Amino acid sequence: MELLANLSLGFQTAVSPENLLYCLVGALIGTLIGVLPGIGPVQTIAILLPTTFALPPVSALIMLAGIYYGAQYGGSTTSILVNVPGEASSVVTCLDGHQMARQGRAGAALSISALASFVAGSFATVVLAVLAVPLSELAFKFGPAEYFSLMVFGLIGSVVLASGSMIKAVGMIVLGLLLGMIGTDVTSGVHRFTFGIIELADGIGFVSLAMGLFGICDIINSIEKREKRDILKSKLTGFWLKKEDLKAAAPAVLRGTLCGSLLGILPGGGAILSSFTAYMLEKKSSRDPESFGKGNLRGVAAPEAANNAAAQTSFVPLLTLGIPPNVVLAMMAGAMMIHGIQPGPRVISSNPELFWGVIVSMWMGNLILVLLNLPLVGIWVRLLSIPYRLLYPAILLFCCIGLYSVNNNTFDIHLTAFCGLLGYIFHKLECEPAPLILGFILGPMMEENLRRGMLLSRGDPSVFFTRPLSLAFLLMAVAMLIVVALPSIRRKREDAFKEE
Amino acid sequence: MRTRNPMDTYAGLLFVLFGAAAMVFSVKYKIGTAATMGPGYFPFVLGAILCSLGVVIGLRSLFWAKEVKKGPSLHWKPLVLVLFSVVLFGLFLRPLGLLLSTLFMIMVSSAASHEFRMKEALLNAGALAFIVLMVFVYFLDFQVPVWPSILVGRT
Repeated sequence: MELLANLSLGFQTAVSPENLLYCLVGALIGTLIGVLPGIGPVQTIAILLPTTFALPPVSALIMLAGIYYGAQYGGSTTSILVNVPGEASSVVTCLDGHQMARQGRAGAALSISALASFVAGSFATVVLAVLAVPLSELAFKFGPAEYFSLMVFGLIGSVVLASGSMIKAVGMIVLGLLLGMIGTDVTSGVHRFTFGIIELADGIGFVSLAMGLFGICDIINSIEKREKRDILKSKLTGFWLKKEDLKAAAPAVLRGTLCGSLLGILPGGGAILSSFTAYMLEKKSSRDPESFGKGNLRGVAAPEAANNAAAQTSFVPLLTLGIPPNVVLAMMAGAMMIHGIQPGPRVISSNPELFWGVIVSMWMGNLILVLLNLPLVGIWVRLLSIPYRLLYPAILLFCCIGLYSVNNNTFDIHLTAFCGLLGYIFHKLECEPAPLILGFILGPMMEENLRRGMLLSRGDPSVFFTRPLSLAFLLMAVAMLIVVALPSIRRKREDAFKEE
Repeated sequence: MRTRNPMDTYAGLLFVLFGAAAMVFSVKYKIGTAATMGPGYFPFVLGAILCSLGVVIGLRSLFWAKEVKKGPSLHWKPLVLVLFSVVLFGLFLRPLGLLLSTLFMIMVSSAASHEFRMKEALLNAGALAFIVLMVFVYFLDFQVPVWPSILVGRT
């Protein structure tokens, strides 16, 4: 039972008082910020990334993972109580969750969403643990050609399953790859695109880019939008679920979990896609589809289970292949690199305590969230009543202090302001920044593998098409592009991403 | 010629601009051959791809766009004030220290909101300066200059 031995190693790492504390802190801060509308996991991680620098890598990753799923919990809380999704993957939770709250069943909605998330999280943790070893062993057989093609496949996949114009998203990927080129070229030592700025010799800081594109840019957009919120004023009661509620929700949780676990592993998958899919699946398979959108418990349970399961299983491609399947995981990849760990198949063998520790801590974090969140709901609600005009200057301030602490210089602060401007322009031109971040993370790796692959084949590009695995990845990438370009599917895809 | 989707037209232009810049600067580094790629090879190829994508996006918005869309609406105040407050913080932190930079930053960024009230923003700035001092300086022990350099004689 190698799996059990591995998990117990992870358990030992995760329950050390220090790591337990960081798990708790991460989960709490994640929830705290996830509750605030407009700031989802990506923004939260971007903003809090600098605070983890002082920690050892294991604790830092445990805390970041905690922030990730904490933000997801927080997002659902806001969806149910305020009808404003705290983050994108809880958009569907609004539909039935807020209706339940209006019918006076806010407590039940919050409980079922917490329980569904916990069940799904536990299942997905096992999936992650089981899949990790064989997949990373497979990855060791990859040469540079396979890696390059895998990255192409991953990048294309992330675009195909995302919303918005495809060709613009591909453009954003290429732009991200180019931004990743800035800095010292590893092979030749030449400073590329630095324009004589010494601080750029190490490349654009990941924190600056992420914080500018997501944190600062989103704040500007929220101020522009002048959102009004309607907060549920009634008292929260009835957290205990009735037996028939549990009976009705159980199969929905199960379906949501399976759906989310599967979609989380795919490139471009993850929490958002899976929560939408699980909701539609539930509605289609229901005997009474009319009741969805009017406070059906299953309409809360299934997407909540799915988004949490997907959040967990999307660590699989990152930790085993080194390919972040979506932008949140790209943030995690960035965080790992900052701590000197190259995400990929080597993580399991070279840092087993980190790998298994993080996996087990995810399960622990979910448990902590279930136990802590329901009693704390009152605090989260009060947090929502803080007006945004007081909140955003504080967020900006914490961003700036965090940025200064990265390298103890003010260059990163100015670079972030510039990235914020870029992000604003992209937003106005309806260009999604997420593919850019993915490209930025994968850029240097892609170039290195392309160079090595071509060197080994003496400049013959056919190596990418003659090695079977590499060819398979490229064919899958092309197939995805063709499928999405077909008119009938394109229409369906646009429908699927339309918020109801 | 009128564009049917100004967002795409500008996005296409932006991509062409970035792509062309990448190609121009890549040529200055060694391009190398396919077998032994120089530092300019990959960026040059990427720049070319980005350029062609930009051209396609731009042309599509001019001729084949299905629906006519309005251009983006710009609000200068939030954009300028928020970015300015961040830059200001960067400029002031070393010479003026954390506390004064915090006050300036909060005041400038608060003014970006349409609900801006002077008194409230001042209170917020004061409270945040206190929190920052407690949390980052005393509790987390961040290495940040706190007081203006003239007062404490720091260079």
